[in-house]
Amino acid sequence: MVLPELPIGEAVETGVYWLNDNFGFLMDIFSDLIDMLISGFKDVLLFLPPFAFIIVAAILIYLGSRKNLKLAIGSVVGFLLIDSMGLWTLSMETIALVLSSALVALLIGIPTGILAAKNETIFHIVKPVLDFMQTMPSFVYLIPAVIFFGLGNVPGLVATIVFAMPPAIRLTNLGIRQVPVELDEVASAFGTTPMQKLFKVELPVALPTIMAGVNQCIMLSLSMVVIAAMIGARGLGYQVLVGIQRVDIGQGFEAGIGIVIIAIILDRLTQNLTPKK
Amino acid sequence: MGLSGSGKSTLLRCLNRLINPSEGHILIDGDDIATMDDKDLREARRKKMSMVFQSFALLPHRTVIDNVAFGLEIQGISKEERYAKAEEAISKVGLKGYGSSKTSQLSGGMQQRVGLARALATDPDVLLMDEAFSALDPLIRSEMQDELIALQDKLKKTIVFVSHDLDEALKLGDRIAIMKDGMVAQIGTAEEILTNPADDYVSEFVAGVDRTKILTAENIMKRPDPVVSVNSGLPVALQLMKKHGMSSIFVVDADKKIKGILCVDAAAPAAKEHKGIRDVMRTDINIITPDMPIKEIIPMMAENALPIAVINENEKILGVIVRGSILGALAMKEED
Repeated sequence: MVLPELPIGEAVETGVYWLNDNFGFLMDIFSDLIDMLISGFKDVLLFLPPFAFIIVAAILIYLGSRKNLKLAIGSVVGFLLIDSMGLWTLSMETIALVLSSALVALLIGIPTGILAAKNETIFHIVKPVLDFMQTMPSFVYLIPAVIFFGLGNVPGLVATIVFAMPPAIRLTNLGIRQVPVELDEVASAFGTTPMQKLFKVELPVALPTIMAGVNQCIMLSLSMVVIAAMIGARGLGYQVLVGIQRVDIGQGFEAGIGIVIIAIILDRLTQNLTPKK
Repeated sequence: MGLSGSGKSTLLRCLNRLINPSEGHILIDGDDIATMDDKDLREARRKKMSMVFQSFALLPHRTVIDNVAFGLEIQGISKEERYAKAEEAISKVGLKGYGSSKTSQLSGGMQQRVGLARALATDPDVLLMDEAFSALDPLIRSEMQDELIALQDKLKKTIVFVSHDLDEALKLGDRIAIMKDGMVAQIGTAEEILTNPADDYVSEFVAGVDRTKILTAENIMKRPDPVVSVNSGLPVALQLMKKHGMSSIFVVDADKKIKGILCVDAAAPAAKEHKGIRDVMRTDINIITPDMPIKEIIPMMAENALPIAVINENEKILGVIVRGSILGALAMKEED
């Protein structure tokens, strides 16, 4: 028996081109916004010279992580190492990409997670989409991103947003669904409006879980931003890519260490943002 | 009260519509909670009733005072005013000085005091308490029950208290509804339920109860009939005793105030000497109020064989308790 060959690939291709032809202007606006966001972050991060930045960052990390001195000192050492390897500008570019994509992913992901927790219909629509997004190999996102946005930071960031968003949605949804029934009853019994219940009970109680989602989102952003170098995203990922292409072990390794340092700092910082129970 | 699965918590949650009743009416001040729209319901939940939960259900991210002020915050009351009211509620439940503590640092008993303070802070007309003390240690539970009774003496609110513990229900309840399979099997005072159970389920349910704690002098006293006036002569008194087959008779004045008791073995010889009632009556009688439980009457009976007089606040005699009354009340328990 010969199965008919379903033209799934062709259909998707046609669809993507159709979208590009008809909604290209929207894509352009979106592209400009993303570009502004990235350069905004980059300008802020590169505003101070490295040493001044390191001091300010150490103070902010110390305060933001609820006075975690070890983390602050570790960050200083890490940043100094990055600077000594001559990777400062590239690292700041990577951090700017991570922050931009994580910000957009969270701005879309957290409200979506809240809606999914509140509404079963939305949940049943979102869940298979999330499964799809998370199981699809990350490289695959790069292709439509390139078609819509060409090469460069923007398509890299779009692919990263898509890749990093699922945990934010999932964990926000989970956190709100895990709010104990009695606390939900307390809110209702004292006469809360739905908004009061969300902001005064559900979100604060779900905060540790939501923050785990924020942490995941940022870490996934970082890993994808590196891969997105394949379609022209800048930063340390590009340095790694160049290292691979030229079989330059030293350059690739140094950029790799830079990524690891950024990853550790971002991970520890986001884990320490919420009060421990 | 009822066993688990009898529907008592469901019924309680129908009262503030945490669970929507499928039919019927819930009237508070003439407004039907069951049919009101969301806005009116919110208003009723804010102003008319509040709830205390079995699991305390404190908000873990808030301090004690912010938990207590929660209901007021929801109503949009300014921080200053709600903190003042919350402090007041906190001292009512005996937690003064704990306002800025984290709730997780408090013991179970203290956490439930916070829960109670939170419910009191909005000054509602009705308190809904869902097995509020069930999660506490027996000693703490008993302490909380006593404090709730003391608090209620001052507050005089309507409290709907759900419990699966009969002793707790008998201790706290002015009126008790016993539930079974989602139905109210009987509703009445503790005495009514004990002395006159509506069906086999209720009588089985209350079979193990220590009646001497629940039944009071009022439940077992006999009518003070006859009594003799302090101004009568001894022959009259002796005649009355003989006629009713009594060995003693209470002596009262014109206002039916108790004066003493006259025993036949003292009265008979004195009558021959033409003495008066005042000369031979005993005044060392046991006098009690109608709300004294049998448990406390029994030792008095053991010490003094004379009947006990039950009087009201004006010293007027309301009833008489003899040994037979107590035995009768206790025997009733065996019949069940």
